[in-house]
Amino acid sequence: MAKVTIDGVEVEVADGTTILNAARQIGGDLVPPAMCYYTSLKDSGGKCRVCLVKVTQGSAKDPRPMPKLVASCRTPVMDGMVVQNITSPEVLEARKGVVEFLLLNHPLDCPICDQAGECDLQNLAYEHGAAKTRYEEDRRTFEKIDIGDKIKLHMTRCILCYRCTYVADQLTDGRVHGIMNRGDKSEISTYIEKAVDNDFSGNMIDVCPVGALTDKTFRFKSRVWFTNPQDAHRDCPKCSGKVVLWMKGDDVLRVSARKDQYGEVKEYICNECRYDHKNVADWTVEGPRHIDRHSVIAQNHYERTDLLAMKKEIERQIEFEKGKTLPEPNPSLTA
Amino acid sequence: MGKKLLTENINVPGIETFEVYRKNGGYASVEKALKTMTPDEVTEEVKKSGLRGRGGAGFPAGMKWSFLDRKSEKPRYLVCNADESEPGTFKDRYLMEKMPHLLVEGMITGSYALGAKTSYIYIRGEYMYIVRILEKAIDEAYAAGFLGQNILGTGYSLDLYVHPGAGAYICGEETALLESLEGKRGNPRLKPPFPAVAGLYAAPTVVNNVETIAAVVPIVNLGGDEYAKTGIGKSTGTKLISASGHINKPGIYEIELGLPVEEFIYSDEYCGGIWKGRKMKAVVAGGSSVPILPADLILKTAKGEQRLMTYESLADGGFVSGTMLGSGGFIVYDETACIVRNLWTFARFYHHESCGQCSPCREGTGWMEKVLHRIEHGHGHSGDIDLLVDVAKKIEGNTICPLGDAAAWPVASAIRHFREEFEYHVKYPEKVKNPKHFEVEPFVSEKKLEAVGA
Repeated sequence: MAKVTIDGVEVEVADGTTILNAARQIGGDLVPPAMCYYTSLKDSGGKCRVCLVKVTQGSAKDPRPMPKLVASCRTPVMDGMVVQNITSPEVLEARKGVVEFLLLNHPLDCPICDQAGECDLQNLAYEHGAAKTRYEEDRRTFEKIDIGDKIKLHMTRCILCYRCTYVADQLTDGRVHGIMNRGDKSEISTYIEKAVDNDFSGNMIDVCPVGALTDKTFRFKSRVWFTNPQDAHRDCPKCSGKVVLWMKGDDVLRVSARKDQYGEVKEYICNECRYDHKNVADWTVEGPRHIDRHSVIAQNHYERTDLLAMKKEIERQIEFEKGKTLPEPNPSLTA
Repeated sequence: MGKKLLTENINVPGIETFEVYRKNGGYASVEKALKTMTPDEVTEEVKKSGLRGRGGAGFPAGMKWSFLDRKSEKPRYLVCNADESEPGTFKDRYLMEKMPHLLVEGMITGSYALGAKTSYIYIRGEYMYIVRILEKAIDEAYAAGFLGQNILGTGYSLDLYVHPGAGAYICGEETALLESLEGKRGNPRLKPPFPAVAGLYAAPTVVNNVETIAAVVPIVNLGGDEYAKTGIGKSTGTKLISASGHINKPGIYEIELGLPVEEFIYSDEYCGGIWKGRKMKAVVAGGSSVPILPADLILKTAKGEQRLMTYESLADGGFVSGTMLGSGGFIVYDETACIVRNLWTFARFYHHESCGQCSPCREGTGWMEKVLHRIEHGHGHSGDIDLLVDVAKKIEGNTICPLGDAAAWPVASAIRHFREEFEYHVKYPEKVKNPKHFEVEPFVSEKKLEAVGA
């Protein structure tokens, strides 16, 4: 076990845990953002540089600070390590710089992008980005291409996090998908116009932090915040069958895997569940999906804590009217 | 004449063949090491010699060797980095082209010291003709019993391979080189783990520059202590300098470390002064990645001491008034050179060569190139100079590998020392539209003119 202090909060974590995961164990605002790191994908991380943190004390044994900012997603903690994230102006400045770099060639076509509302880059830019760009030149552009019959690639929106290539490499067999070219001309591509065609290829859509890879069966059907996400499952011989149904009325517009609060899928789903069962009758609906990180969606829907408290208070009043009991008043509403 | 440890016999006719090389004392270090020394003793000699990496960073080679994980049960590898692609550096090419056996000899001795059974020379793809020269030398060494099974009857076996890259600057970064050697895309790895623990095929690996490996030969022949007598302080031995630019005698010179910079530029033995009798404006002392220095700061440090060709003296003053010895790519500019144009050329190179893995370098190098292009071609505006400084600052130190730093340092230093020239470009866009603008009318600092007038 190693004790590590992040922004003044101490936490004890298993040896070999990364700084990012240690911060996630604490939770809250001091968790560094991550655009390329993905817990379940081996070798991911270290590329986008938004999770940079400052290590002011290397370890209890060797208290020297690290000379440069480090990528928290790939740096393991040491016993006695002291880390600064949001308490370090240097880190915030560097992060602002990285966000500017990420947005430099991004088309900012959020109004027509299907990812809007559940986009990590949108959230990141909202928090750290500048209101205006300092870039005067033309942005790089690419043609939109189909990779397989169900996935559309908008290379212009890509931030080259490499997550989808790791999915293609680690989750599925027969790798035909990777990075071509170099520098800012690099692009995600398949091997000479080959289609990505296997049972789990759809997960590339879920791991994409931006709108570069989108589900062709959902494109332009609805803004994501007008849909109603429901947890559901079915017996699937290929995968766990645990999904989220994105519904409008009784129609299932999209099926996706379930993401945790950091936007990571824990149980990948197969293409059959994703594309071929867009009928509510195929699924056992568990109830509304709790979404807390992707704030834009959460606003239209359920479990707003203030509303829940109000609902409880009304119920309490009704019970009181009936004269059965006199429960304790809710302190949060009387204050 | 300075002492020459590497290139003394380089002009002997036929030195590229095994017979001539052997007659001139070649392969003595292999015999000495394999027959009379243990591997650890060879490493110890390299440590004593104080040899520092000749590829650019100047990390002590003996220390690097001693970090190699010798307890691991995996095989160990020595990899020679011959992916010389730094603009202004061409010393390894000369060494390998003229004396291929020197590198082969160094590889055998070095591999023995590290306990490697297989070693690789990773060479840039553009040096295809040198691949053939090296392969011929390796074949001769196999035939003479210096490579292969049971070398010289000592029981030590070694296989040596030459592997050409596909022409990417980034593959000169050691972890990208290893990725490329493994047959993958040449993207730098995240460190730690360092190659000494998990390098080629996740086995302990040492990656050294061509010149570093060649220097092992005189170290073993002379002994580490004797080698350390050449040079000054922590900069021991000799260094190959690739001199280019506006000088009378561009070329490759083997110098003893500690030679005054002034003597190197002006003496007839070396560069022979600035061409056409012009004045020197600036020097890039160690390949395009190191900070550029104006003429007064390259000859004397900010404290007024004479600057010497050593790792320490060139770095004196940090990045404010110093630079680095780097890989020894010594580029001299005369008064007609345009620093902005030169910087744009460098920026274009780094933009082209960025691997695109991490965001600051991928996007930042392109951005800097475009802004510099704008300024140089007379479309710049006053905010651009500060923008460049800010972008360079945001790249520096925030990337996976040193390419980001290498792209940012020249920009930061050129603006620090030659800001007036950038302002001139913004102020007189019509004048700089001619690509040879400073040849027509050399740049004169307005501040200096005012000082003289007053």
